[in-house]
Amino acid sequence: MSTFHRTTAEMVTPRPPPPLSRGVIGWLRANLFSSWFNAAMTLLAVYLLWLLVPGILRWGLLDADFAGTTRFDCQSAGACWAWVDQRIYQFLYGFYPPEQAWRVNLALTLLIPALLPVLFDRMPGARWARWFSLAYPFVAAFLLVGGYGLAEVPTDRFGGFMLNVAVGLAGILLSLPFGILLALGRRSQLPLVRLLSTAFIETFRGIPLVTFMFAAALLLPIFLPPRFNLDLIMRVIILVTMYASAYIAEVVRGGLQSLPRGQYEAAQALGLGYWRAMRLVILPQALKVSIPGIVNTFIALFKDTTLVIVIGLFDILNIGTSMIANPNWLGLGTEVYAFISIFFFVICFAMSRYSLHLERRLDVGR
Amino acid sequence: MRTPRAWIAAAAAVATVTLSGIGVTNAATLEDVRAAGTLKCGINTGLPGFAYTDDRGTWTGFDVAYCQALAAAVLGDPTKVRYVNVSAANRFTALASGEIDVLSRNTTWTFQRDNELGFTFAGVSYYDGQGFLIRRSLRVASAKELNGASVCIQRGTTTELNLADYFRANNLRYEPVPIADNEEARVAYVAGRCDVYTADASALAATKSALQNPNDHMILPEVISKEPLGPLVRQGDERWSDIARWTLNVLLAAEEYGVTQANVRDMARAATPNPEVNRMLGSEGSLGAMLGLAPNWAVNVIAAVGNYGEMFERYLGARTPLGLPRGLNALYKNGGVLYPLPMR
Repeated sequence: MSTFHRTTAEMVTPRPPPPLSRGVIGWLRANLFSSWFNAAMTLLAVYLLWLLVPGILRWGLLDADFAGTTRFDCQSAGACWAWVDQRIYQFLYGFYPPEQAWRVNLALTLLIPALLPVLFDRMPGARWARWFSLAYPFVAAFLLVGGYGLAEVPTDRFGGFMLNVAVGLAGILLSLPFGILLALGRRSQLPLVRLLSTAFIETFRGIPLVTFMFAAALLLPIFLPPRFNLDLIMRVIILVTMYASAYIAEVVRGGLQSLPRGQYEAAQALGLGYWRAMRLVILPQALKVSIPGIVNTFIALFKDTTLVIVIGLFDILNIGTSMIANPNWLGLGTEVYAFISIFFFVICFAMSRYSLHLERRLDVGR
Repeated sequence: MRTPRAWIAAAAAVATVTLSGIGVTNAATLEDVRAAGTLKCGINTGLPGFAYTDDRGTWTGFDVAYCQALAAAVLGDPTKVRYVNVSAANRFTALASGEIDVLSRNTTWTFQRDNELGFTFAGVSYYDGQGFLIRRSLRVASAKELNGASVCIQRGTTTELNLADYFRANNLRYEPVPIADNEEARVAYVAGRCDVYTADASALAATKSALQNPNDHMILPEVISKEPLGPLVRQGDERWSDIARWTLNVLLAAEEYGVTQANVRDMARAATPNPEVNRMLGSEGSLGAMLGLAPNWAVNVIAAVGNYGEMFERYLGARTPLGLPRGLNALYKNGGVLYPLPMR
């Protein structure tokens, strides 16, 4: 009985992998043609792209018109983008007085210093900067509406993308704290708090947002006395906030439930009261897990702001409608809606990238 | 965003309000408008020729001009209007609840709206009717030759019912192609998904003008429904509905007597040979006072928007891209049905 051991004195020099599994061909084989099914799907996708992309490019860029003052200046077969130059202000600011547009820009710029200390907690001076973050909604509202020395701009002048951003941002900033409170309320030991929170969440999750919009626009004026008029945009912001809070609450509740019981017990064992336990131990962990769901809700909320068109507010979509009703710009629906899609895509894509960055930084995946 | 006081008032209102009947009847709209200094006018969110924004973002169009005329009559200034854009769904609630003072939004005057909903129509500002848009290459000269055609039609509108009635009455078959709005109709029609597009004639003119070669298409002569469109106000405030009605009438009468935006100030300054014009423009009699308005109210109206004919040509007529003919909307003297009431 003997076993053979084959040994060599020197190391075997590593050889490159076979040519078919490296470089471009290797990548193609591994990613696009790894099985007959994947190969078929790849070919189908290439075929679809070949059908779509040249047509879109030709329509949107190569054959398109970019200059002119009416649609009659657009003589080529492709898209007519002449209106962008004439109308971009309305698409961005709606009917906001042009000489006051700096206020919108300033409000939007101030959002950056307001968000930074919240998003990046290691920033120097973050403790003080957070006070500004708390005050930001009021500062922004003051800038947009005016009064106290600034020229007053009635909210029916609000419109365009600014209205989408204002309603979306207000909804996002307000719904997060409300949502967290609702989630805690639903898991509370107190029966009344639990019942009320559950009722609120289930009501708002069970009824479509459009229904609430109609109610805000149609029913409220009937119930309220005739001279009393709660601002329509205010009604929408309250509604969107309540609606998004219900969804945020459920996302956060998912995060809370994913924590092992030991975390709660450990916090109690350390002698922390309810609020301190939540703030120092439970919520930091629960929120970290909930980030993808929260951002998902925010993106949905932002896109839902276009629903304000059903109650006659002029968000960017309705500004487009009012433009293509102008006899000089009739029939440009395709161009207008393509243009608006780009706006939403840029913002929503940025939000989703930020959430990925946040997940990586907080190491949620583990 | 307004004031915290508004919130307290809201809470109090919700707490104390008793449902004393839906719909607010406010008997003093004129005083309310004067006190507010602006007229709240309900208009469409976008309808070619009738309500649209210009490149500077101001509202303009045929329906909008009526708002300006009414503001000029009541407040003496056509710019003192707050436009409230209402959808087909919420326009009547907006008027009933007092969110707007007048609705000028291509609304058809029907029995049910006038009586059951509790509104008063000020008159007819535009006689529309359902028609057909078709390619010339199909060589169809009359709607009676449309047997077997595929027809693009907006879902859930009266046009859908009118179409069914018309084709059944004439013993014709058709294949409906349901679409959601004017823009979708244009795309479907261009792509050849339907042979014919049916809608109100003014909407057809807009669609036609947005086609690549408008002259390759035509609107058939048949008009298969009556759509008298006009402004309306809440029922129960006679003073206000009279003002709305007679403001519209001033626009018509001004055209009949040749009073225009350009010459109205001159004609008002010195008495003209026509006593009717003198009474209308306030240099004779006291028609304005009978409405509770200034003596020169009609001068303000015409100076603001011109007479009916000028309004029509500016927003809808042959020199606009819509190129609508006057048709029914001409004065009775010119073969139309517009018949101004006497200003006496």
